[in-house]
Amino acid sequence: MSDTATRLSVSTPAPGISVIEIAGEVTRESDSALREAYEQAAEGARSIVLGFASLEYMNSSGIGLLVTLLVRAQRNKQQILAYGLSEHYRQIFELTRLDEVIAIHDSEAAALAAAA
Amino acid sequence: MSTQPDNRDAAGWARPVRHLTGADGHINVTGRRPTAPMNGFGRMWQKTYRTRVGDDSLEPTAVITVWKEHFSELWPAGNRFFAPLAGIAPGEVAALDLTMPGGLKLSTGVLVLFADEESFTLMTPQGHMFAGWITFSSFVEDGSTYAQAQVLMRAGDPLYEIGMSLGGHKQEDAHWSHTLTSLAARLGASEAVEVQSVCVDRRRQWSRAANVWHNAGIRSGLHMASAPVRIMTRPFARGAKA
Repeated sequence: MSDTATRLSVSTPAPGISVIEIAGEVTRESDSALREAYEQAAEGARSIVLGFASLEYMNSSGIGLLVTLLVRAQRNKQQILAYGLSEHYRQIFELTRLDEVIAIHDSEAAALAAAA
Repeated sequence: MSTQPDNRDAAGWARPVRHLTGADGHINVTGRRPTAPMNGFGRMWQKTYRTRVGDDSLEPTAVITVWKEHFSELWPAGNRFFAPLAGIAPGEVAALDLTMPGGLKLSTGVLVLFADEESFTLMTPQGHMFAGWITFSSFVEDGSTYAQAQVLMRAGDPLYEIGMSLGGHKQEDAHWSHTLTSLAARLGASEAVEVQSVCVDRRRQWSRAANVWHNAGIRSGLHMASAPVRIMTRPFARGAKA
């Protein structure tokens, strides 16, 4: 598996709000790609929205990467929001208690409204 | 909404549980909530232990199969992992007895959070010395096959945080280095174990200081100390046979 299994795109739909769209797979190989995407998204952002609508696979190492991303965001006083999680991944967020620290929304519009 | 999870995912994760069940008769397990690194008190650490176990003809899936089957045998003496009957499989709960500095036995457990052919992850419950998870994996890199244990954790409460800084980290490093050395030996390899510790977050979460209420070390100590009383009162216990 290579880095190309993780496809990330960063956008800034509104001032202070960045969106990282996560597609493909999130595993231990995604570390550098996710780190770079966060650094790009973090500039001037007070809220970072993670889009999971095109996520195909994430294992426990991938969840670990989200935790370290969350810590970096908290250090920078940024809130993290998420949308597009399937029922399966909502359950994973509940099991790993990520749902207690990442606000989960049903749609990108709802996440952006909450981030505004 | 997201696409359907692929088959690797559907079977790999434990189902959500609010409180652990199982590990019958073992204290500090049943009824405890699984904890993530965010739920602990101390600094957050990512500790990675890895060793080369062979060339790339050794499949990572073969390494993980051996690791799962012999997990408890690879631990250092004085520490016990009571494997679930179903083995290391998603959602299973295992009890642990760990020897702490000073000879105190710490009884706790783990939830198998994730398991597939190339990795598995154990998640700790409330009261464990740290909140977080440990991922065991195997992979091929530069023509060699490696085995790796990676811990993402915060000490569970202020007492554990003190304990970790007074030798706990060193003991944990020794534990996983021993485990990886034993695994490598079983696979016919004898390379050194590389250890990398990264402090992910230096802050302590004082809002989690009350986690000390569940401290499994204190509760294990009290359980041991009260053993004579339990033995003496057993004949008078409700339902005891005459």
